[in-house]
Amino acid sequence: MSHALPLNRPPRAAMFAALLFATFTLVPGLAQADVFGAKSFTLNNGLQVVVVENDRAPVVTQLLMYKAGAMDETPGKSGAAHVLEHMMFKGTDSVAPGEFSAIVSRNGGRDNAFTGHDYTGYFQSVSSDRLDLIMRLEADRMRNLILDQSHFEPELQVVLEERNSRIENEPGAILNEQAAPALYYNHPYSRPIIGWRHELAALTLSDLRSYYDRFYAPNNAVLVIVGDVTLDQVRRLAETHYGPIKPAEIGRDHSLIEPPHQAKRRVTLADERVRQASWSLRKIAPSYGTDGPTSQIYALQVLMDIVGGGNTSRLYRALVVDQGIAVSAGGWYSETDRGPGTIGAYAQPAEGHDIADVEAAVRAVLSDVLENGVQEDEVTRAVQRLQDGAASARDSLMGPAQVIARGLTIGLSLEEIEGWPEQISKISADDVNAAARAVLSKPGELTTHLLPQTEEPS
Amino acid sequence: MVRKLAPLFSALILALTLVPTAQAVEVERVESDKGIVAWLVRDDTVPVTAIEFTFADAGAVMDPEGKAGTANLTSALIDEGAGDLDSQAFQGRLNDLSIRLSFSAGRTDFSGSFYSLNRYRSDAVDMLRLALNAPRFDEEPVARIRRQILSGLKQKESDPGSLASEALMKTLFPGHPYSVPTQGTQDSLAAITVADMKRFQAEALTRDRLKIGVVGDITPAELKPILDKAFGALPMTGRMPEVADVTIDGPAGTVVVDQAVPQSTVFFAQQGLAIDDPDYYAGMVLNHILGGGSFESILMQEIRVKRGLAYSVYSFLQPMEHAALLRGGLATQNDRVAQSIDLVGQVFTDIKENGVSTEQVKDAKTYITGSYPLRFTNTSSIANQLVAMQRYDFGIDYIDARNGYVEAVTADQVNRLAGTLLNPDALALIVVGQPDGVEATLPTPDGVGG
Repeated sequence: MSHALPLNRPPRAAMFAALLFATFTLVPGLAQADVFGAKSFTLNNGLQVVVVENDRAPVVTQLLMYKAGAMDETPGKSGAAHVLEHMMFKGTDSVAPGEFSAIVSRNGGRDNAFTGHDYTGYFQSVSSDRLDLIMRLEADRMRNLILDQSHFEPELQVVLEERNSRIENEPGAILNEQAAPALYYNHPYSRPIIGWRHELAALTLSDLRSYYDRFYAPNNAVLVIVGDVTLDQVRRLAETHYGPIKPAEIGRDHSLIEPPHQAKRRVTLADERVRQASWSLRKIAPSYGTDGPTSQIYALQVLMDIVGGGNTSRLYRALVVDQGIAVSAGGWYSETDRGPGTIGAYAQPAEGHDIADVEAAVRAVLSDVLENGVQEDEVTRAVQRLQDGAASARDSLMGPAQVIARGLTIGLSLEEIEGWPEQISKISADDVNAAARAVLSKPGELTTHLLPQTEEPS
Repeated sequence: MVRKLAPLFSALILALTLVPTAQAVEVERVESDKGIVAWLVRDDTVPVTAIEFTFADAGAVMDPEGKAGTANLTSALIDEGAGDLDSQAFQGRLNDLSIRLSFSAGRTDFSGSFYSLNRYRSDAVDMLRLALNAPRFDEEPVARIRRQILSGLKQKESDPGSLASEALMKTLFPGHPYSVPTQGTQDSLAAITVADMKRFQAEALTRDRLKIGVVGDITPAELKPILDKAFGALPMTGRMPEVADVTIDGPAGTVVVDQAVPQSTVFFAQQGLAIDDPDYYAGMVLNHILGGGSFESILMQEIRVKRGLAYSVYSFLQPMEHAALLRGGLATQNDRVAQSIDLVGQVFTDIKENGVSTEQVKDAKTYITGSYPLRFTNTSSIANQLVAMQRYDFGIDYIDARNGYVEAVTADQVNRLAGTLLNPDALALIVVGQPDGVEATLPTPDGVGG
């Protein structure tokens, strides 16, 4: 029964949430006021530190997240953020190449890292009496990384193999990669996190060095510690290890803003490996990063729980249960982004039905929401569900660490993260319906068709 | 090039290699009035109750001839309408009360997972009782779930990992129940009737094979009536599957499943160790050193770190009821498959003939013991540990004892085991892709890649 899982370092969290159909992207981890019970302080060099005390097991998780990801790459250098993340394990003045993970492992710990469009995260879980060690190690590589050609060359090959696994071997991932430039006219979310193959293959050490120097500094990171520790302990260790690191000027470009989208676009990929057709609708939507935590954003979260969340949602019920024309259907809203958010719906036609059938049925469900609105009772139940999710938000170490770090990285305050359930509780059916009309009625949209080779687009 | 370690860090490593044993977790055996037994860990970190349970030997091995996928289809349907609640009513109630209830059927076991906030617990247990005792199998959900599984099977026909798995099991276990896909085939799935699922339920979901682990903010007195309500009405016994024990002896060689992808997926397997084998803990240490999931494993170092041949390369022990495997895998572009496969064979041979170092054994033991507490950081994960402990007769003190078993492993034991267990000449290799210069020496099993 116990299967060692294949090691997939890094689990490059496909934080491109809009493209992750299977997962509904509301943030169930966010908690009622004081559910995380997080405490926070900021070092003189600008590093914000958050502590969530949890003494269930004598272990601790450290997550250091830089406010820099694939979207911050220089044009032409896609993949640099992620390759740098790999190279962060290749040694500093005081830690030999590969030794970082070896030390953590020899101390009974696990470590890994992930890269998204908005951020890059490094984490370790270890016995809580080893917190000093992992903070020392993580602080060390914030500034002292050695980038060496002899380790870069095989590692670049590793990343090209990672690209093969994640993209080239997965038609759905190829479609998502091809669809992104059609969804984003101007924003760097149009580029794949792992990098376009030709740009990835051409990356050099100096590209990585330049990214590292621009973004890896205490004033451009957040540190979250969750586990069997106290605020005082963490404060002392943070002062010792991270405190001496000098802040740096962060070389961020001006953020690129999407112009209003007015056109309808369609991206189609037919591939002989596809055995089940898929359809999706994607639209730009408000995000915490672009709009701040507005009530419209909370209303959209409630909306998409009702319309697209799980197998009692309106979309699943209509297409999969009542009409029986789809094997799956749902919707999502991705709002925890530094750049533009996205909202959308998807469906996979059942045997005997095609893309056109499910597209028409999804549009009918959305039209009904726009014309007749959602009901107060649906909103009440959705709000309760979303709040219930927050009640068990502390039931792990990595969950709270990720929710808090991700929120802080894209510009939310700790209070805003902790206060999420309260904001959700204020949402009424009128709010939901107004938000639906404001966002779903906008003209611009992208539809995607993933098709078996034999099937022509309808 | 290897950089000199600063003295500061070397000192630190030496000082910290003694890792404390797992925390004291108190496991209580709770027996209800009707005689249902559960192992309980009380934990008030969050206001929830998690119940994990498994029906041993009630997985796909129970599927009737020609009806492969029965256990799996049943597991997907018993929470799609039960008692007076039809599918949407049942799922709607789970959703409204934020109850996580799910069932799954693997090759050997049928498992369930329950997670509820304590304020909904009483209603949640009712839902669990209904699913286990009174599933409806209405026409609509039966048709819908069957469609969904069929769609999933179709998608697997072009998925390299799924193809490799199926080819591996068919190659290692010809004619044996383990060779049959747990989700069934297009044909077998179409043949399954509601009567088949009801018979499966009556014969397989029985009290004599039930193992239950409970974790949460709950007392034994509160738990007992819950156990009776949820599980008390199940039949005492049913039918046990007849599955022959198999010792893996090859077939040595290579299966190539042709698939037009730039990167091949490679699986390899040989005889492993049963979970009650006296050498099991030595095997755990050996596997960790070989390819068990850390960056320091030999396969990882040779294939990924030194040569950049693969993103992921790994090995693991897979002890099953009637057979035991040592398995592994990697993925690499088609023109580097031959080199990667050679390296796997060389690593097996080298460890078999020359053994591993005392240092490697010590580091592996430190990792395996030190990381054990990381399994105790969420409610359901702890409950799963409790189920596994009962499933494999580990004893109620296992959480305290386990690291001692690992500590007792010596380098001599690991190397003796490596000499007898590792068998590079008998490795079965499955390659899905279009590998350059790799000859298929074994036939592609029927029905794979169709």
